[in-house]
Amino acid sequence: MLLVKGQCLISVFISGRNKLSSFQSLSDALSDTGVKSYAPELRRPRAEYKDYSSDWSPKDTVRRMQRGKVCSLERFRSLQDKLVLLDEAVAGHDGNVITAVLIFLKRTLRREILFRELEVRQVALCHLIHFLREMGEQKFLLDLLRFLDRTEEVALSQYREHLNIQDVEKRREFLKGCIGLPFSAEDTSHIQDHYTLLERQIIIEANDRHLEMAGQSELFRKYPRKASILNMPLVTTLFYSCFYHYTEAEGMFSSPTNLKKTFKIPDKQYVLTALAARAKLRAWGDVDALLTTKNWLGYTKKKAPIGFHRVVEILQRNNAPVQVLQEYVRLVEDVDTRLNLATKYKCHDVVIETYRDLKDRIQLTAYKDKVERGSAEEEKIHSILSNMQIRWKN
Amino acid sequence: MAFAGRRDAPEPPDFGILKRLARDQLVYLLEQLPGKKDLFIEADLMSPLDRIANVSILKQHDVDKLYKVETRPAPGASDQFCFLVRPRVRTMRFIADVTCDEWSFYLLPLDEDIISMELPEFFRDYFLEGDHRWINPVARALQLLNSLYGPFGKTYGIGRCAKMSYELWRDLEDESESEVQGRKPEIGHVFLMDRDMDYVTALCSQVVYEGLVDDTFRIKCGSVDFGPDVTSSDKSIKVLLNSQDKVFSEIRNEHFSSVFGFLSQKSRNLQAQYDRRRGMDIKQMKDFVSQELKGLKQEHRLLSLHIGACESIMKKKTKQDFQETIKAEHSLLEGFDIRESTSFIEEHIDRQVSPIESLRLMCLLSITENGLVPKDYRSLKTQYLQSYGPEHLLTFHNLKRIGLLTEQSAGDTLTAVESKVSKLVTDRAAGKITDAFNSLARKSNFRAISKKLGLIPRLDGEYDLKMPRDMAYVFGGAYVPLSCKIIEQVLERRGWQGLEEVVRLLNGNEFCVSDSAVEDNPACESQRVILAVFLGGCTFSEIAALRFLGKERGCKFIFLTTAITNSARMMEAMIEAKG
Repeated sequence: MLLVKGQCLISVFISGRNKLSSFQSLSDALSDTGVKSYAPELRRPRAEYKDYSSDWSPKDTVRRMQRGKVCSLERFRSLQDKLVLLDEAVAGHDGNVITAVLIFLKRTLRREILFRELEVRQVALCHLIHFLREMGEQKFLLDLLRFLDRTEEVALSQYREHLNIQDVEKRREFLKGCIGLPFSAEDTSHIQDHYTLLERQIIIEANDRHLEMAGQSELFRKYPRKASILNMPLVTTLFYSCFYHYTEAEGMFSSPTNLKKTFKIPDKQYVLTALAARAKLRAWGDVDALLTTKNWLGYTKKKAPIGFHRVVEILQRNNAPVQVLQEYVRLVEDVDTRLNLATKYKCHDVVIETYRDLKDRIQLTAYKDKVERGSAEEEKIHSILSNMQIRWKN
Repeated sequence: MAFAGRRDAPEPPDFGILKRLARDQLVYLLEQLPGKKDLFIEADLMSPLDRIANVSILKQHDVDKLYKVETRPAPGASDQFCFLVRPRVRTMRFIADVTCDEWSFYLLPLDEDIISMELPEFFRDYFLEGDHRWINPVARALQLLNSLYGPFGKTYGIGRCAKMSYELWRDLEDESESEVQGRKPEIGHVFLMDRDMDYVTALCSQVVYEGLVDDTFRIKCGSVDFGPDVTSSDKSIKVLLNSQDKVFSEIRNEHFSSVFGFLSQKSRNLQAQYDRRRGMDIKQMKDFVSQELKGLKQEHRLLSLHIGACESIMKKKTKQDFQETIKAEHSLLEGFDIRESTSFIEEHIDRQVSPIESLRLMCLLSITENGLVPKDYRSLKTQYLQSYGPEHLLTFHNLKRIGLLTEQSAGDTLTAVESKVSKLVTDRAAGKITDAFNSLARKSNFRAISKKLGLIPRLDGEYDLKMPRDMAYVFGGAYVPLSCKIIEQVLERRGWQGLEEVVRLLNGNEFCVSDSAVEDNPACESQRVILAVFLGGCTFSEIAALRFLGKERGCKFIFLTTAITNSARMMEAMIEAKG
């Protein structure tokens, strides 16, 4: 109702009881000169200041509304008058006045007429749409968007509602209904995926909660779940699946391979996520298997679709032992990064080998101080340094 | 650390009066309801209210209890209750049967040269929803400032909202009976700018100290909450960050690389001061304790806090590959290695590093490249939805609507051509060819504008961040903020002459109006005080850059912003929330 009164307010101070308008001349108390001329009217509360005159033109009405005066719009009866009023409001740039006029038009005009007129008034249209959204007048909004043939927005506005549904089953149902909506082809597949994902999550969640409570699974006992998988993103779900259901057959909804296939998860993403999950479980064998591929001759090769420095990062984050870490540091493509990581994580063999390959005698000699006295690594450095066949660059 | 300008910049006007006005009016309104009352206040208004009137003042006027308005009516213990809210439709629905009064609080001075309207919703409401509801407040803010510190001589502006705000302001002025003429002005010029004139700057990672603190800890109403990792204790504390903090005021505008060294040096100096007491006799010690110790202790406390903040920032940044991110950003700004940057972003999403950061990087790519290549748009969008949640379909739609993350239309593949061509020719020539392909009207045009205004400095040797030579230092020497450059150029030229091409690329809506009644006297101090108005938000990097410019040119910039912003806030405004 505030908007109808046409007050544009930044902060509204509302008191919950009718009060006497006792005049306090605080404005008199302010000692600065020139303060009076701009200090807001500190006399009667605005709420009591009504405008009984009925002669204002559309332009003046808009102007008065902008200045916060209460105005009755009822006397703008004809369509013509109403449109002039609206156009004046738009020309005045004050959004609250525009919306106030629109509320009046919404109430006093036939829908089709209102929609038709707004179709050619972009600014006013934006204001009405925003207002309808804020007020949650979903039906009216959808009718308006359909009239404007903004079918994609109709679809999105409906889809948006799913955020307000807390119950997962109800949300699932709702999402199912969204699939047929007029989205673009691409978005339709995203919505489809959203539905399928939630559907699977509900099943997985139910099963896993059961498993947890039954207390039979060692994995669930050792690593109790901290949160439910419901409404989590796909990648998070994949991580979860790689953590708790890694070896399951593809036929099971909870298996990683099922997820990969159903949602067409790219290899890169899959390896990255599976790696993170297996590393958390300190399952170094699984990590190794993920990064090993067999070529057509049956020879195995280490390959990482994400760059070995990332592999090292994940392993290190999960406190992998140096022997495991070292193996992958060795495979980091960029030499500087490799040295950096090897030095940082004390993968001595890799440092030594790299300096040897770089034929950098100075650095290799310096590195001797970083290794333990009498260790195998020290011996290794000695042996390389005394190798006559190496043509050192320095 | 300080730059010695040719002329001393004028002192800023006193904005304390704005706070006093707001407080006095609030008190008056409270007194309208005599007796005990409970005050319900909207969450967003708590911080601003805290800066205007603290709890004791409220208690003095019979406010019994303070509650937060959680869009649900709550029972109060007192007979009467008051609500302090912004007139948002959502909140209004739950408050019925009341009388309303207006508390005309538009402007909150955050510091001696920053005034905020505390309207973070301005950005989304205007730029996404197309709602003009906040234009009137902006106009009234200008009117208020004009009457207090004007009359303003010249008004410059660029952007649709700037234009509308200006027009409404002029209407208000024409109607009002105030006698502003004949007053000695304290502010000479006004510059109004829409946020969408320069999204790039707002999207970049900040590297000046204040910007970094905002990006890392989120400064709210001029103060920040430092947690246990900063305070090295188990408590969090709230710190007011403004020019009153002696340590902060020296480092706030500095590039982060200088800050740590500066703080260390200061620590050593402080320690030396403490050590003086070794050689003191009783009398000297007494003087020391009564006069100096408190100040030293205060300085010590502030130093520890800021050193703690620096350490915390560095730790967080290392974790999030800050170096790599900056490298990708610089590539995007300069227009090289776009494929590499795109791969970086893709991996960023895959690793689920941060939904806000990933979005920010995508937007930066889009704005600098005039939209993503359709293949990239589709694939990055799919990956984003997979990594951060399918509901972000709505976020992408919003970003498309507002123009922050768009798709190039078919046949637009600038990058593909650019990269093919740049392999064959030198850098400069590749730039020329880019221009030729820019013949089609585009929305963003960043590269063309960047070239015209020279936003990417030529690197001849190392860029000295300690003694910066231009505004590019706020981004490590890589990029001069576009918004600040526009302001600099327009002020220099006293208009838009010579900038026609740039204006065209920015999609027009520029204006320059002189108030004929105001004498244009260059000798007058106020001529060197400029009110820079940012409609849709202003970042600390831009503030630092213009402060620097001010020192260089001997003028003072006063910032009026609808809210302080940064890339994270902008991205969050685009994400669709519940309800």
